[in-house]
Amino acid sequence: MGVDAASPLGTVVGGSLSRGLDVRLGSAEAVEQAKVGTFVTIQGAGSRYFGIITDLRLDAADQRLASAMADADAALASVLSGTSAYSLATVSLNLTTGVGGEAPQPAKSLPGHFSAVHRASNEDVQAIFGSEDAWHIYIGSPLDMEDTRVCLDLRKFVERSNGVFGKSGTGKSFLTRILLAGILQRGVATNLVFDMHSEYGWQTKTESGHAAKGLKQLFPSRVAVFTMDPASARRRGVQTDFDVQIGYDEIEPEDIAILAQTLKITELGVQACYTLRSRFGASWILDFLKQPSDELSENIGGSSSTLDALRQRLGQLQRLDFMRDHGQGAVKRVLDHLADGRHVVLEFGRYGDDLTAYLLVANLITRRIHEEYRKRTEQALAADGKEPEPLVITIEEAHRFLGPGVAGQTIFGTIAREMRKYHVTLLVVDQRPSGIDDEVLSQVGTRITCQLDNDRDVDAVLGGASGARELKSVLSRLEPRQQALMFGHALPMPVVIRTRDYDEALYAEMSVPGAGAAPGRDKRDLFG
Amino acid sequence: MTLPATTTRFGEVVEASIERLLGQCHALYEAPVLGTLVRAGESVYAVVEGVETVALDPTRPIVARGAGAASEAEVYAEHPQLERLLRTQVSLSVIGHREGSDVRQYLPPLPPRIHTFLHVCPAEEVREFFAGGRSDFASLLIRRGMPAGDDVLAAVLRQASAAFEAPGDFLLTASRGVASLLAGDTARLNAIVRRLPLGV
Repeated sequence: MGVDAASPLGTVVGGSLSRGLDVRLGSAEAVEQAKVGTFVTIQGAGSRYFGIITDLRLDAADQRLASAMADADAALASVLSGTSAYSLATVSLNLTTGVGGEAPQPAKSLPGHFSAVHRASNEDVQAIFGSEDAWHIYIGSPLDMEDTRVCLDLRKFVERSNGVFGKSGTGKSFLTRILLAGILQRGVATNLVFDMHSEYGWQTKTESGHAAKGLKQLFPSRVAVFTMDPASARRRGVQTDFDVQIGYDEIEPEDIAILAQTLKITELGVQACYTLRSRFGASWILDFLKQPSDELSENIGGSSSTLDALRQRLGQLQRLDFMRDHGQGAVKRVLDHLADGRHVVLEFGRYGDDLTAYLLVANLITRRIHEEYRKRTEQALAADGKEPEPLVITIEEAHRFLGPGVAGQTIFGTIAREMRKYHVTLLVVDQRPSGIDDEVLSQVGTRITCQLDNDRDVDAVLGGASGARELKSVLSRLEPRQQALMFGHALPMPVVIRTRDYDEALYAEMSVPGAGAAPGRDKRDLFG
Repeated sequence: MTLPATTTRFGEVVEASIERLLGQCHALYEAPVLGTLVRAGESVYAVVEGVETVALDPTRPIVARGAGAASEAEVYAEHPQLERLLRTQVSLSVIGHREGSDVRQYLPPLPPRIHTFLHVCPAEEVREFFAGGRSDFASLLIRRGMPAGDDVLAAVLRQASAAFEAPGDFLLTASRGVASLLAGDTARLNAIVRRLPLGV
């Protein structure tokens, strides 16, 4: 790097706390080194400030510069650049520490004029984001600081629901994998992953063609792979622990409500489901499919055409091979595993592209988990007993569950809004955050976002974030791969990182027992 | 112009104020060129901002004498008294002074006395005065409002650059200093820069 840590990038020449500081960049090297998203420190008289560059612009002392320069030559250009024609960086201030080196606090004051601005050093990054320990995992490096590690406090991370956003191909799923592996190894929570594209449990190919290990391979004894599609798992050579089958008698009208859009069921049709459920009990779907509409419409009201349409739509469930007349205890199996502290990856195999299957199964299982965790937490409160271990549920294509139309009805909406109390949080993975209900999105604690193309998605991700306007310019300039902007609950300040590689080094770190791992379990990993 | 290796005396002060000096050359037409760094006595530094040759006695105007002569030299040869009736004067802008071993690029506390000798500074002294491309003196020239002030400033930089091993670097550093003084007036800065051999 051209500018060493000792020489300043520039000096503070103006600005405000709300709109950011204006920093006049010094040398030509500094101008080129200062990038949007660069992490900087400002040494004030007594305090030290931390911020990121959110904007860059060219300015001139002479407002007539443009006209005066019209016939200027290279000589004048070289004299003017850096003197009366100069570059300004806008630095958004986030944190400050006193002289004593106490913990960083949100910045409420400003450094004075002409305070020197430096690129943050390795120590600065550690002082803010912490260094790797029992609860912090290494997740990536700040821009242009390959040797520096930005760490994420997983304990804080799992306290709230979180989101990983980014358009397709930006490295979302590898980032998610790093997070899941970290949560697993550090033992801060139990994972349940609704693995739409079968990429978290077992190995997949990276875009460069290398094989990337799945969670089951990293933690054989602590992860169970459940599958909806045993044939696909066999073809891919995945060792699955359980084939999941769903009984019609396990489906509730709420599960159908979330499918209304996908199956094109009308409002009346959804209402009819509730009526049918109360009339026929658990076996309502099968009973309904057998009964002629005319007879039914007389018995329960509603037009026979509505019922005909509903029957036709529900009939589509029959093409799902995992459907059975009666439940086989799959949901209970999942719950038992989770209660036992085992992590569950539910692979969808070929149903990954079948939204009906994904929505149905994810909603159905999660609803049960919701009931169970609520019950256990309440029991723990009543009896002063042990509260359940935190659970993180990972869902992809989250906007399907959490769209403005359905978020109010689905269990995921409820979890996003209130389940922190019951120790269940979501890890939402999505490429269309604008499709997620605002209220739900506002509950997302930590947001990690890779590149997003659509302005509406950018606005959605930044909605409610402090300094959203400044972050927007940072977010819209992320590189298309392996770069992410992280901000929110678990992070003291926003930071742009190049996410770490998902490689041998990570596998090696993950093979070391983490803080929360019971010794017995790891022995099982070692000796099979 | 090549600068002398040692100090060369060329005249003496005949009018003096803190900001400006008028010097008379000891020999007719033997004036240092525009922009030359000059030392008056031991401590006051000034630059040549103008050179003029006039009649010694202002009441006796000079008349043309060359109507019948074949060359200019012949005019002087036929009228040897001319050397005594004319004088060459240099106007000097004071731009600094020496305080002990330090060189200051701002006005001295007092002007030099009349008849103080004037010297053309040798290269080493020029390097010392303009060390590191310092151009604080430029504000004295820019603010004085001389009609040809910008030309003088450019001439000073040109002359000084000859004393440095890398004249281009000196000129760039010094002009950037000037640029910050003329931050609001790019057109004027451009006029100065155009008078400099910046090898960009």
